[in-house]
Amino acid sequence: MGQILTTGAVLPLVVLIAALALGGYFLARKRALASAKGDSRNLHSLPSYYGYNALMSVAVPALLVLGIWLLVQPMLVQSSVVDMIPASAVPEGSSVNLIMSDVRRLADGLDAAVSTGVISADDATGLSAADDLRAWLAERGVALGADVSPEVLEAAQAYREMTATGNFWRNILVALIALVALMLVLRETNKDFRARNRVEGGIKALLILAASLAILTTVGIVLSMLFETINFFNLHPWTDFFFGSSWAPNFRGDSDLSILPLLWGTLYISFIALLVAVPIGLFAAIYLSEYAGPKVRATAKPLLEILAGIPTIVYGLFALLTVGPFLVNVFGRGDAGLLGVDWMSGATSVLTAGLVMGIMLIPFVSSLSDDIINAVPQSLRDGSFGLGATQSETIRQVVIPAALPGIVGAVLLAASRAIGETMIVVLGAGAIARISGNPLEAMTTITTRIVSQLTGDSDFASPETLVAFALGLTLFVLTLGLNVLALYIVRKYREQYE
Amino acid sequence: MSDIPNPAAPFADPRGASLLKQDGRTKRRNAAEGRFKLYGIVAITIGLLMLLTLLFTIISRGTGAFQQTYVTLSVPLLEDKLDKNGNRNLEDIKKVSTFGYSPLLNAAFENKIETAGIDSDLKAKAMAGILSKDAAAQLRDHVLANPELIGSDAEFEFLTNSRVDGYLKGRVSRDSIANDKNISAEQLDLVDALIADGSIEKRFNLDFITGADASDARPEAAGMGVAMIGSFAMMLVVLVLALPIGVAASIYLEEFAPKNWITDIIEVNISNLAAVPSIVFGILGLAVFINYMHLPNSAPLVGGLVLTLMTLPTIIISTRASLKSVPPSIRDAALGVGASKMQSVFHHVLPLAAPGILTGTIIGLAQALGETAPLLLIGMVGFIASNPPESIAEGLMSPNSAMPAQIYEWAKRADPAFYERAWGGIIILLVFLISMNAIAVLLRRRFERRW
Amino acid sequence: MKDNRYSESDVTIQPVKIAARNVQVYYGDSHAIRDVDIDIADKTVTAFIGPSGCGKSTFLRCINRMNDTIDAARVTGDIRIDGEDIYDKRVDPVQLRAKVGMVFQKPNPFPKSIYDNVAYGPRIHGLARNKADLDDIVEQALRRGAIWNEVKDRLHAPGTGLSGGQQQRLCIARAVATEPEVLLMDEPCSALDPIATAQVEELIDELRQNYSVVIVTHSMQQAARVSQKTAFFHLGNLVEFGDTDDIFTRPQDPRTESYITGRIG
Repeated sequence: MGQILTTGAVLPLVVLIAALALGGYFLARKRALASAKGDSRNLHSLPSYYGYNALMSVAVPALLVLGIWLLVQPMLVQSSVVDMIPASAVPEGSSVNLIMSDVRRLADGLDAAVSTGVISADDATGLSAADDLRAWLAERGVALGADVSPEVLEAAQAYREMTATGNFWRNILVALIALVALMLVLRETNKDFRARNRVEGGIKALLILAASLAILTTVGIVLSMLFETINFFNLHPWTDFFFGSSWAPNFRGDSDLSILPLLWGTLYISFIALLVAVPIGLFAAIYLSEYAGPKVRATAKPLLEILAGIPTIVYGLFALLTVGPFLVNVFGRGDAGLLGVDWMSGATSVLTAGLVMGIMLIPFVSSLSDDIINAVPQSLRDGSFGLGATQSETIRQVVIPAALPGIVGAVLLAASRAIGETMIVVLGAGAIARISGNPLEAMTTITTRIVSQLTGDSDFASPETLVAFALGLTLFVLTLGLNVLALYIVRKYREQYE
Repeated sequence: MSDIPNPAAPFADPRGASLLKQDGRTKRRNAAEGRFKLYGIVAITIGLLMLLTLLFTIISRGTGAFQQTYVTLSVPLLEDKLDKNGNRNLEDIKKVSTFGYSPLLNAAFENKIETAGIDSDLKAKAMAGILSKDAAAQLRDHVLANPELIGSDAEFEFLTNSRVDGYLKGRVSRDSIANDKNISAEQLDLVDALIADGSIEKRFNLDFITGADASDARPEAAGMGVAMIGSFAMMLVVLVLALPIGVAASIYLEEFAPKNWITDIIEVNISNLAAVPSIVFGILGLAVFINYMHLPNSAPLVGGLVLTLMTLPTIIISTRASLKSVPPSIRDAALGVGASKMQSVFHHVLPLAAPGILTGTIIGLAQALGETAPLLLIGMVGFIASNPPESIAEGLMSPNSAMPAQIYEWAKRADPAFYERAWGGIIILLVFLISMNAIAVLLRRRFERRW
Repeated sequence: MKDNRYSESDVTIQPVKIAARNVQVYYGDSHAIRDVDIDIADKTVTAFIGPSGCGKSTFLRCINRMNDTIDAARVTGDIRIDGEDIYDKRVDPVQLRAKVGMVFQKPNPFPKSIYDNVAYGPRIHGLARNKADLDDIVEQALRRGAIWNEVKDRLHAPGTGLSGGQQQRLCIARAVATEPEVLLMDEPCSALDPIATAQVEELIDELRQNYSVVIVTHSMQQAARVSQKTAFFHLGNLVEFGDTDDIFTRPQDPRTESYITGRIG
C-alpha cells in the first residue's frame, strides 16, 4: 500500500482520474434524465452536456493540479538537496550540477532496484557509502558517473525521502480533488442546471489556453535564455562579450568570448546572400507580376517556390560538396584552377555560404515582392500608361516607388531569415572566427557557434557552454527586431491600399 | 487604307510629328524596355537554373547510394572452428566471436581463386580485405540464426568495402588510391578478376532504405531506416499536439477573441514566432525539456515537442485563413436557428474549413520533417542508433536520430563514401516531402470551395 | 447611323481630329463593341453617354490603345488621328499616348510630390531641356489644370494628400503637361462631390480652346452642360451621334429617347 501511495508513476493516477471522469459522465447524464423524469425535452440542455460537464469538472482541475505539481516538486526537492552538498564535496573540475545529476541517478537507481525487487526498501535506506556502491549498483544495472561519496549518498537518500513524501501528498491530493469534484458536480446536476453554458465556458477556457501557448512559448524562449545568459555574465565579463575582439573558447578556462567576430561573419554572409537574392528575386517578381502571361506565371512561380520548400540541410550539403569545391576550382588551386589564382584554399567560405543562402532566399524575396507589387492598384499603372510611359518606365518610376515600403519589409524579413539560418553556415561557412573583408576566407557565424558550443558533452556551468545562450538571446533580439519592424512596415503598406 | 470612306470633314492639320515614324527618343526608350524585360527573364532563368542544378546534383550524386557492390562467396563453415563440441548448442556457438569467423572468410577467398582460376599474389587475409568490416559479423549472425548450416559450405553475399564499391561506381580509381591504406592496386586487380568471373556485382541496396547507420569505418553498411523511424516518431508527436492545439488557438482567435490589446499581443506574437530562427527553438528545447524537465536526451519525443512549438505558428496562420474563408452567412444561418456560438463553430464552420486546415497541417509537417538545426541541440545527432525501436513508447523515448540529422551526420564524416550516403538520404527525404506536398495540393484541388 | 453623320456634318465647323470606321472590340469571346463609325472634331467637347456596360469606356480606351494593356482585348477596324491609322504596326502606343492624354474615373495621383506628378510625363518624353524649362512646363500645366493657385506653395507635398477634386484636377494637369492634342476623360467626376465636379466641368470647358476633348459620363446633365457633341452607346452599338442640343431635344432613335427620358439605363 505504502508503495502504491508513494509511487512517482503518473499513469495510475491518470487512469484513476479518467475512470472517475468517465463514471461522472454516465452518472450525471443519468441523474439529469432522472430529474426530468426520463423526458429529455424537459432538460435545459441536451443530456450529453450534463455528462460532459461532469467529465470536465472531474478531469480538468485534477489534471491541472497534477501538472503543476509535476513541474514544481522537482524544483523544490532539488533546491533543498543542493543545499545539503557542501562545497568541499565538489571535486576539482566538477560542479554542483554534475554532482546533482549523480545524486539523481543514484536515487533513481535505488528506486528502480527497489521496484524490481533487487533489494528491499529497508536495505535501500540502510546502505552506507562504505560498501562499494558503484560496483554493487552496476551489477544491478545502474550506471554511475563517479564513485559514491558519503555526501552524495546522504543527499540521494534525502532526495528519495523528499520525493516519496511529495509523491504521497500529490497522489492523495489529486485523487481527493477528483472525488470531491465528482460529488459536487453530481449534486448540482438536475434538469434546470445550465450544463451547456458551463461546458461551453469550459471549452472556451481551453481554447484561450491553446491561444496563449504562443505567448508562453515566447516567454519560455526569453526566460530560458535570459537566466543562462545572466549566469554567463556572472562568469564572464559582459564587456568582453560585447566589445572584445576575438573568439577563442578554451575549455580549460580563460577564453575570449566576443560576439563581434561572429556578428561580422553573420552579417557578411547575410549581405552576400541578399546581394544574390534581392536583385534576382525582385526582377523575377516584377517579371512574373507585370510581364508574364498566365501560363508562364502558373509554371514559373510554383517551380521557383520549390526552392523555398527544400530543407536547409540540402542547401548545406550543396554548399559544402558542390558550390564550395566549384569555387575552389575557380578561385583556388593556383595554375590548376580556372583563373590560375590561389586565393581560396578550403571549400568553406563566406562566398560559398552566401551564394547558397542567396539561392535559398530567391523565392522568399520573389513571392513576398510579388504579393506586394500585386497590391499596387492598377489605376496607378493606367495613369502612367495613359501618359505614354512604357511598361518599364511605369514599373521603375511608379510601381516600384509605390511598393517600396513593402519591398523594404520583404528584404528585412529575408535578412532576418539569413541571420538566423543555421545549416547552410554550419556546413558551408567554416569555423574560424575572424573579422576580415575577404569573402573567399572561411568565417563563422552566431548560429554556427551556438551549435558547436551546445553539441556534444556540455558542462552547463562553464562560460564556454553558457555563452551559447547569450549568443542565442542576441540572435533572438536581432531577428525579433527585424521581424517586428518588417511586419509593421508591411502592415502599414497594406493598409495604405486597402 | 483607301477603302475607308473619307471623314465628313477634312482632318485637322497635324500639329506634332507623325505617329507613323518612331522618333529617336522612342527608339531608345523601347530599347530600355527590352533590356528591362530581359533582366526579368534572366532573373527567372537563373532561379530555375539553380533549381535544376540542385536537383541534378542531388540525383546524379545520390542515386549511387541505392546501389551497392556485393561479392558472392562460398564459405566453408568448419565445424571444428565454430562448434568444437559438435552438439550444436547455441550458447557454445555464441562463444565464437567475429574474430573466429575471419579465417573462414580467408579460406573462402582461397577456394574462390582456385575454382575460378584467378592468379593473385595476395595473401588470403589481404584478399578478404576487400570485404566490408561488417562481413564477419554478418556471417556470424547468419550462422547463429541457422546453426544447422555448420559443417557445410554456404553461399553468401557479402558487402564489399566502400573503396571497392567506389571503384565500381567510378569514385575510386587506381590513381586516387596511391596513398590509401585501405586498399591496394593488387586488391583492385583481384576485384577486376572477380568482376570478370561474375562474383562481384553491383545491385539494388534495400538496406540503405531500411537499415541502421554504421560506424565511421563502414560506410557501405550505413542506412536511413532507423533515422526514418525517428522522424516518423517526431511527426507523430507533432501531429498529435500541433493539430489540436493549433486548431483550438485559431478558433479562439478567429471566432471568439474580443478585439483588445491582449488579442493583439497574441497575434503579433504568433506572426513573430513564425519568423524566429529555428535554432532558437532548439535552445528552448534544450533548456526547458532536457535541462529543466529532465526528459531524455536525443529522444524523438523531445524533438517532436520542439518541432511542435516551431510548427504551431504555421498551422495557426493557415487554419485562421481557412476559417476566415468560410463566409459569415454560414455562421448567421446556424445562429439563426438557435445554435449557440460554440455549436455554430464546431458543427458548421469547422467541418467546412477542415480541408484547408488539413492542407496547412500537412505543409507544416513537411516543414518540420526537413528541419535540422534544433535537432542538433537536443542531441539527435552524433551517435549510431543501431536497432529499430520495438514499441511506440520506446520509439518516442529511446535515443534516435532523424532523417535530416542523419544526413548532417554523414556530411560531417571524413570518408567521401558517406557523401554519397548523404545525397542518397536527401533523395529519400525529398521523396517524403514531395509526396506530402502533392497530397496537400491534391486535397486543395479536390475540396477547395470558392464562396 | 450613316444618317447621323450627314446630319451632323452640316453643323460641324471644326475639322475632324479622330475618325473611326467599323471598329469592333472583343473581350475574349464577348463582342463588346460593334461596328462603331464616328468622327470626332478638333477643339470640341464630345460626350459619350449610355447605360453601364454599353461600351462607351471601352471605345474611349481604343482611342489611345489603352486596351493593349489588357491581354484578352482585341480591336479590329480603323481609327485615324489626323489621318494616321493608330493601329498601324509602325505606331508606337507610347508616342500615341503622349499625343492622346487620358484622365481616369478615380483620381490616381502617383505617390510622389505634386511637382513630380506633373513633371512625370514631360520627363519620360524628354520635353524639357533643363530644370527651368521643366519648372515652366509644370507651372503651365498646373495653371491649365486650374489648380496652380491652390498648390503653388506646396509643390513638393505628396499629391495623394490633396482632396478628391484637387487630385482630379492634378491628374488633368498631369495629362495636359505632355502637350497632348486629344484629351480622353473616363467619367472624370464620378468620384467627386458636386463642388469639385463643378470646378472640373468648368475646367473641361476651358480645355476646349486647345484640345479635342472626349468625355465619358454617366450623367446626362453633365453631358448637356459641357459637350457640344454627344454620342449615345447602347449594348456595344453607337446608336446616335450628333449635336448635344439635338440629341437631348430631338433624339432620332427610340432607344436614345428612352434613355434620356429615364426609361432605360
